[in-house]
Amino acid sequence: MSFDYFNMIIRPMLEGTKVTLWLFLIVILFSLPLGFLITLLARSRFKIVAWFAQGYIFVIRGTPLLLQLLVICFGLPMIPGIGEYLVLPRFTAACIGFILNYAAYFAEIFRGGLLAIDKGQYEAAQVLGLNRWQTFRNIIIPQMIRVALPAVSNETITLVKDTSLLYAVAVPELLHFAQTAVNRDFTIVPYFFAGFIYLVITFVLTMILKRLERRYQFE
Amino acid sequence: MAFIEISRLKKSFSGQEVLKNINFSVGKNEVVAMIGPSGSGKSTLLRSLVHLETVDDGTIVFDGRYLVKDGQYAPAHDVKKITSKMGMVFQQFNLFPHLTVRENLEIAPKVLKIQPVAEIEKRSEELLKKVGLIDKKNAYPAQLSGGQKQRVAIARALMMQPEIMLFDEPTSALDPELTGEVLQVMKDLAKEQMTMIIVTHEMHFARDVADRVIFMDQGEIVETGSPVEIFNHPKNERTKVFLKRVV
Repeated sequence: MSFDYFNMIIRPMLEGTKVTLWLFLIVILFSLPLGFLITLLARSRFKIVAWFAQGYIFVIRGTPLLLQLLVICFGLPMIPGIGEYLVLPRFTAACIGFILNYAAYFAEIFRGGLLAIDKGQYEAAQVLGLNRWQTFRNIIIPQMIRVALPAVSNETITLVKDTSLLYAVAVPELLHFAQTAVNRDFTIVPYFFAGFIYLVITFVLTMILKRLERRYQFE
Repeated sequence: MAFIEISRLKKSFSGQEVLKNINFSVGKNEVVAMIGPSGSGKSTLLRSLVHLETVDDGTIVFDGRYLVKDGQYAPAHDVKKITSKMGMVFQQFNLFPHLTVRENLEIAPKVLKIQPVAEIEKRSEELLKKVGLIDKKNAYPAQLSGGQKQRVAIARALMMQPEIMLFDEPTSALDPELTGEVLQVMKDLAKEQMTMIIVTHEMHFARDVADRVIFMDQGEIVETGSPVEIFNHPKNERTKVFLKRVV
């Protein structure tokens, strides 16, 4: 592999990496809080709200992410009457699809985190005079984060790789540029190069998450 | 009038009567030990006093104010106010694992803003010295022994300046060699005239520290009296059988 060739493909692929990273950041930023909200709704005392949240999780987790992306990007605009108002920029539509999907997974992870907290914690807080919200904020959430963090980390790493599904809805990202180069130059090198970039991203992410987990060790 | 007055208290769990018509009172500065076989309703009774359990019927009066009257609870705000005068220590400690010892003591007073921060911090230092754990103030609960955890839990409850302390089998989860340090802290509290209700299996402790002993069995108070009366001259057959088994 000549240096010139390397130079030629690196620019578009880094351009694609930028799209990948943007999607990743936007999705994490919105799906974590949304997931937490869905967890709370699924535990709501109002049965209808709880059913709605649980139904949402069931549908999202029970269907492929790719199908959801296709529906949002290409399906919604086909709905008679309102379809024309549902045409979104492709990247925006993809973001929404990813956020809705990952929120459902995060909701399940948080639910598990809440279940892991002993009821004695609630009792101790109550006896000390903390109300429901004060207990939740000061006692329950920090412990939930610790329990949920490894699973959240795992899901976060998966998200990095899932961004390649943008390829299917024709948003040019890292994998798209790699594929273009492979088709054009008939060489396997861009694939390896793309793989290397994914590895770098997940490596950095793993380091950050490990650090976070250590901070939540409480020992 | 008694400090705490409990009358005709009843509670069932799914058809099973765990408290059947409980009547007793506790005077100010009195130390009451509740003994009896497991499942006799002692813990449920204690937990009812701080509203961790809801009773079905009966009356609880605390310092002249009704927590519950004939099965009707006071408004939530009053319930909170009344129970805030009670400190509770659990068998399983229930320390907050994500907070250091010091933070465990300070979290509730700080969140509730019961005092200026400087005063809260001064008080937590004092209490940690009192229970002999000042050198552990920055440790997390996971780094402490059971006895140390329970002493932290007692200090944490004292932070809220309770007028009465409730102990729910405070030494039952401890290794035998660690019960002494916890019992010592409780003895000190009793000496300082703290009103205390203690559910316990430590018969020697009950005999030494309690002003009055209540023996419960199958959801009823079977016998009550001074430690000498209960331990040396029990009148009821059930009390005799129980004491023969445990002492």
